[in-house]
Amino acid sequence: MRHLSVAAAGFLGIALVAGCASGGTRTATAGSPTPVPPAAPPPAAVAQDTTREGGLGSQYPSSYRRHPNPPVLIRNATIMTAAGQEIQGGSILFRDGKIVSVGTGKWVTPGVIDVHSHLGVYAAPGTFAESDGNEATQPVTAEVWAEHSFWPQDPQIPLAIAGGVTTIQALPGSANLIGGRSAILKLIPARSVQDMKFPGAHYGLKMACGENPKRVYGQRGGPSTRMGNMAGYRNAFIAAQSYRQKWDKWNKDHQGDPPERNLRNETLAEVLRGNIYVQNHCYRADEMMQMLDLGHEFGFKIRAFHHAVEAYKIADVLAREGTASAVWADWWGFKEEAMDGIHENAALLQQAGARADIHSDDPGGIQRLNQEAAKAMYYGRRAGIPVTRDQALRWFTVNAAWVLGIDSVVGTLEAGKMADVVLWSADPLSVYAQALQVYNDGWLVYDRNDPAHQPKSDFSLGQP
Amino acid sequence: MIAFLLAQTIAITGGTVYPVSGPKIENATVLIRDGRIAAVGTNVVVPAGATRVDASRKWLTPGLIDGAGVMGLREIGMVQGTNEYTERGNDIAAAFNVLEGINPASTLIAVNRMEGVTTTLAVPGSLGVPPSGGLIWGQAALIDLDGATIEAMRIKSPAAMVANLSEAAKDAGGGSRAAVAQRLRRLLNDAREYATRRADYRRRQIQDLSASAADLEALQPVLRGDLPLVVVANRRSDIETALRIAREYKLHLILGGAAEGWMIPNEIAAAGVPVLVEPLDNIPSYDALGIRYENAALLGKGGVKVALMETATENTRDLRQQAGNAVANGMTWDQALRAVTLTPAEIFGVADRYGSIETGKVANLVVWSGDPFEFSTAVEHVFIRGKEIPLRSRQTELLERYRTLPPKY
Repeated sequence: MRHLSVAAAGFLGIALVAGCASGGTRTATAGSPTPVPPAAPPPAAVAQDTTREGGLGSQYPSSYRRHPNPPVLIRNATIMTAAGQEIQGGSILFRDGKIVSVGTGKWVTPGVIDVHSHLGVYAAPGTFAESDGNEATQPVTAEVWAEHSFWPQDPQIPLAIAGGVTTIQALPGSANLIGGRSAILKLIPARSVQDMKFPGAHYGLKMACGENPKRVYGQRGGPSTRMGNMAGYRNAFIAAQSYRQKWDKWNKDHQGDPPERNLRNETLAEVLRGNIYVQNHCYRADEMMQMLDLGHEFGFKIRAFHHAVEAYKIADVLAREGTASAVWADWWGFKEEAMDGIHENAALLQQAGARADIHSDDPGGIQRLNQEAAKAMYYGRRAGIPVTRDQALRWFTVNAAWVLGIDSVVGTLEAGKMADVVLWSADPLSVYAQALQVYNDGWLVYDRNDPAHQPKSDFSLGQP
Repeated sequence: MIAFLLAQTIAITGGTVYPVSGPKIENATVLIRDGRIAAVGTNVVVPAGATRVDASRKWLTPGLIDGAGVMGLREIGMVQGTNEYTERGNDIAAAFNVLEGINPASTLIAVNRMEGVTTTLAVPGSLGVPPSGGLIWGQAALIDLDGATIEAMRIKSPAAMVANLSEAAKDAGGGSRAAVAQRLRRLLNDAREYATRRADYRRRQIQDLSASAADLEALQPVLRGDLPLVVVANRRSDIETALRIAREYKLHLILGGAAEGWMIPNEIAAAGVPVLVEPLDNIPSYDALGIRYENAALLGKGGVKVALMETATENTRDLRQQAGNAVANGMTWDQALRAVTLTPAEIFGVADRYGSIETGKVANLVVWSGDPFEFSTAVEHVFIRGKEIPLRSRQTELLERYRTLPPKY
């Protein structure tokens, strides 16, 4: 395990103080005129370094560097921390010094995180030329990495930034049983995906249940059934188990030549070692139960079920297993396995003690995850399921960060966290709210009122 | 018997009424009798025996009207057997009317009407991004989202003919937008010729025409200007082509999609052409690189009559969210409410009966706990043709079954 120096260098201290003017504060530092120094030292490396696996050298490292920025203080705003507090008339400081003048009635939240995006891999304008999300040539392609498809000039990226998104998991599509590695990315203007890679984040492994693999492979060699899907996952992990054992032994004793590398098994072995998180597209409750059993058979955890429209049917099991559910607020009905989607899914998961997350899987939806979470919260409340505003905020911030294994670094507004911050025009749980400013690691990457801070992709230059 | 059942008097009292046709009325009573609005105002006498609905502190609006969708025509998008909205493989499907394909038992109806959408235009194709293919999709029908039969749901059929000049129509023109436009003109010319030479056509004493007699017949009300022609067009030049052809043939044009309409609001307004737009579309494609959130607002500011649509029909209920986002992006709130009520009623020629809360109009009404566009707002009552709609769907049944685990089977 190796520490990534860029990870530690990437942190800006966030300090929260309650505003002096409006009172009604709810923090221990109420009335304090000066920022509080970070209570805890910044976390060191985010996660185990997954670029050094199976005893091999560093592969495809992140070249992300924090953009040099002046310090920022946002004052007199309602700060929704996603850490249990909502501070009226509060201030937020990135480093100390420069003030961004903010009127009353503005709101601040952590940067929005989408754990399920195909930005960059299914880029606009959506032609075959940019269709790089599914290596739909065989049902198990654990060897492919989404970052090798990712196009940083996707014109959808600036749109998502304008919606307050600061981090995404860019995933391979769901044609395959095992679709490949995800990329955890800072959503910033950049020339290369390497410059966007979230330092030290765990890779995800995209897996898919149900209709999609059946549909794609049913007429070309299979799987054509759900039982065929299961056999496909099991065969892949059986091979990976044996591969892992060989490498683990060799790493220990270095006897003889090293085993031959196999890209597919290299990734799956990292799943078995717990270094790569399983991100599993799965709609139906009964199939999620099958996938949990698969994890038990091979000794890995499923970090999150994605889409999970029937997660509410097994919320108790998901709570017990510690598997999150990344869901939509209201998508349903576009395919048979999505027929049982209900508005209260996230709220019921929350109530059962399971970890809920609101995701997009959509270049439109990613621009308004705050709205989708608001929908899910209010429908839950109307059904008599208690959901706090802080919990709803977590659905698209810190819970998402947990799904990606970066919740010690981003996802809340707490001292020591990376300064991924959104300033909103109104309560972000209102349909009328818009992101006014978006800071990514302290860098002002979007300002609704300043064209100098409204990034445009290369693609969009000179276009209507 | 049906008339007897409908002969019910309901008084919704104490709410703030947004009639859309005029300013809001506080503490008003809306009286419903025989499926129609019998009275609206602050001095309405509630007859003895009327069912009272207390709407104090609530908001009343007309039932929302979705500008275009495939309600009743598509149960599950990926299950072909449940899709009825296109006559596949027919580029010129003018004679195709969707009405008999509508499934009044569709589960989408209950899911969406309980959220305040009471009326939709059922279209023979999808106006979503990307739109369906084909040049002439066929005839759309305006329906209320209640009724055991198609007849009971029907408001107006056909309500519009639908044509397509977007990129998706290119296959119908051999791969060129110019050829698509030329094919549309040839079709309209042939329809004109057909109308004057029906006898020759029957005796086969006429050159070959570019469509069947049924299709050419179906286009006659369009040529007369009696039946509006919705033209799906997103790129500015395609919108201009639609305006040009409508001018040449004196058609009653409605633009559908109109993603780049914001570039030429004055031209569209000057032509007196209304538009059906989806405010939350902003993903660029080669069909509309200039697509943007502000489209609805900028068209409205330019004097264009704007109606909104939610093309993901299973979530037609998100028409509220579309409207709220139109406001966030510059439309006035009043305009946005109009764009989901009275304006579509006007565009589809039923404003004498639909779209506002006025005496004599069909009693399609929604009682909201607050601003209809806000997520915090609940739908409290829905009336369609004066009948209160139960706020139940298979989704509410799923919720009740799984509310506590293990479920109640």
